[in-house]
Amino acid sequence: MNDYTRTNEIANSAGAQTSLAISARGLVKTFGKLRAVDGIDLDVPRGMIFAILGPNGAGKTTLMRMLATLATPDAGTASVMGHDLLREPHAVRGSIAMTGQFASLDEDLTGRENLLLLAMLWGFRGRDAKARADELLAAFDLSDAAGKQVKAYSGGMRRRLDIAASLIVTPGVLFLDEPTTGLDPNARQSVWGMIRGLADSGVTILLTTQYLEEADQLAARITVIDHGRKIAEGTSRELKSATGSGFLHVTIADPARVDAAADLLARHLGATVQRSAEGGSLSVMARTPSHANEIIAKLLAEGIDLADFAMGSPSLEEVFFALTGRTAERTKEEQ
Amino acid sequence: MNDSASSLIAGGLRSVSRPRAASPLSNALVFGWRAALKFKHVPEQLFDLVMTPLMFTLLFTFVFGGALAGSPREYLQYFLPGILVQTVCFNAVYSGMGLSTDLGKGLFDRFRSLPIWSLAPFAGLVVGDILRHLIAGTIILTIGLILGYRPEAGMLGVIAAFLLLFAIGFGMGWIFIVLGLLIRTPMTVMTFGFTFLFPLVFASNLMVDPTTMPGWLQVVVDLNPISAMATAMRGLMAGTATLREVGIALMAPAALTLVLAPLTLWLYRRQ
Repeated sequence: MNDYTRTNEIANSAGAQTSLAISARGLVKTFGKLRAVDGIDLDVPRGMIFAILGPNGAGKTTLMRMLATLATPDAGTASVMGHDLLREPHAVRGSIAMTGQFASLDEDLTGRENLLLLAMLWGFRGRDAKARADELLAAFDLSDAAGKQVKAYSGGMRRRLDIAASLIVTPGVLFLDEPTTGLDPNARQSVWGMIRGLADSGVTILLTTQYLEEADQLAARITVIDHGRKIAEGTSRELKSATGSGFLHVTIADPARVDAAADLLARHLGATVQRSAEGGSLSVMARTPSHANEIIAKLLAEGIDLADFAMGSPSLEEVFFALTGRTAERTKEEQ
Repeated sequence: MNDSASSLIAGGLRSVSRPRAASPLSNALVFGWRAALKFKHVPEQLFDLVMTPLMFTLLFTFVFGGALAGSPREYLQYFLPGILVQTVCFNAVYSGMGLSTDLGKGLFDRFRSLPIWSLAPFAGLVVGDILRHLIAGTIILTIGLILGYRPEAGMLGVIAAFLLLFAIGFGMGWIFIVLGLLIRTPMTVMTFGFTFLFPLVFASNLMVDPTTMPGWLQVVVDLNPISAMATAMRGLMAGTATLREVGIALMAPAALTLVLAPLTLWLYRRQ
């Protein structure tokens, strides 16, 4: 909540200077027949954590790579920190940093050497480069591992070094492509803490994620994309209320009764029932807790035992389902 | 945990603005430094570089040498400059593999999103290659000297031969940089590389005098640029090289650079 109000304030003050960190219109990128990004508009105010949410293959990474000058758009325009993406790519590069999905580090070199290399490429000389590398290592709690080759680092340490490597020069916009994919919960928490800390210091952050929870935890605004198109945008609260938060999740004890249970749910609630990938769990929009209560009673009355049930916020699957009428799983297959 | 991490970043890390941009030369030298660090951290790569030419030198000299040239020592005199050419060609394959590995890991995305001279990473590869050629070449030459090889043109001849060697390595290097940019699996780069190089190296005058080969093969050998390279290397080390020989030897590396350097740039920017 705190995050939300704070970033909003910054957004408003930035708005007064009429400056957006990123402004894109009609971006398109095609790979052969596939329209990976199919006409996306994006406005990211300065100082905000902004999330692009979508399943695998939705076009998140391609969109981010275009904004980071790593891929050339086939159509559309964009400016990043006031520089035109196509006409001034070098100036854009001077005001951004990107941490890709896969650690962009040299595994054979030590952590300190990786940072030194980048500091020197940015134009720091000798002693200044060393000082900046050591400062970053200390800030990211990597001083003890500074002299070790990166190949000996844990996943969390790599991620920290990777983010540190993006902060040699404090960027106007930091792009983070799936910053916590593949991390354990502890490491994820710690990366989230870092992202919040960076936003506090005024860095605009654009991140992609497949996890609704991550977008929810961090971002002041979320854009949902699918098939290269923007299908929704808003605060996390706006997106959830559009989807409805009264989702009932039930796990049927006897796998043979799952079909019967799904029928019953559909009949009584008049909503589409979604099945989990494993098939044992069902999710359905239940409007209110009392509706949910009634339906659970009906299931039990029919002799359908439940292994588990919960009322809760929609998952990414469910947000997707509500927005597109398709499940994220199927979206993946269509790609 | 969250809070400690946030305060650490916000409090412990200064906001730093960009210093004056470094020159393209400085960018290239930084990448060269990276290549040099690789030798420090992965010294075993030298083993790969040196073992193959070493085995070739020893086996060919002692197993075939007598049959091919009358005595192992006489054969070594013919073969050693050639094996140096083979060594730099094989080295170039490892360089392509290294590039393919870097690209697969997203390291180049980081480099490409930096405000630096866009060809600097390749300049770094070239620096690394030259170091590799120098180290491998010196080791092979030293072993040759121990076995009885004598460069008749002395130190100057050897230096001239090594300069030609670097030019050959530079030219051949483009082939594998292009392969490295096109192929994302380092092993495939290696398989492709050696499938291409083995016939190229063997169907030349690098190992044997082609006079006993069938007529059609002699035509191939004469046209093979590797033959021109080996001939010029022998000439330079023996002090008998003509300007024409060296010129012909440089034609293939020059042509490769002219065609493949722009292609490399295009492939790199296209991604």
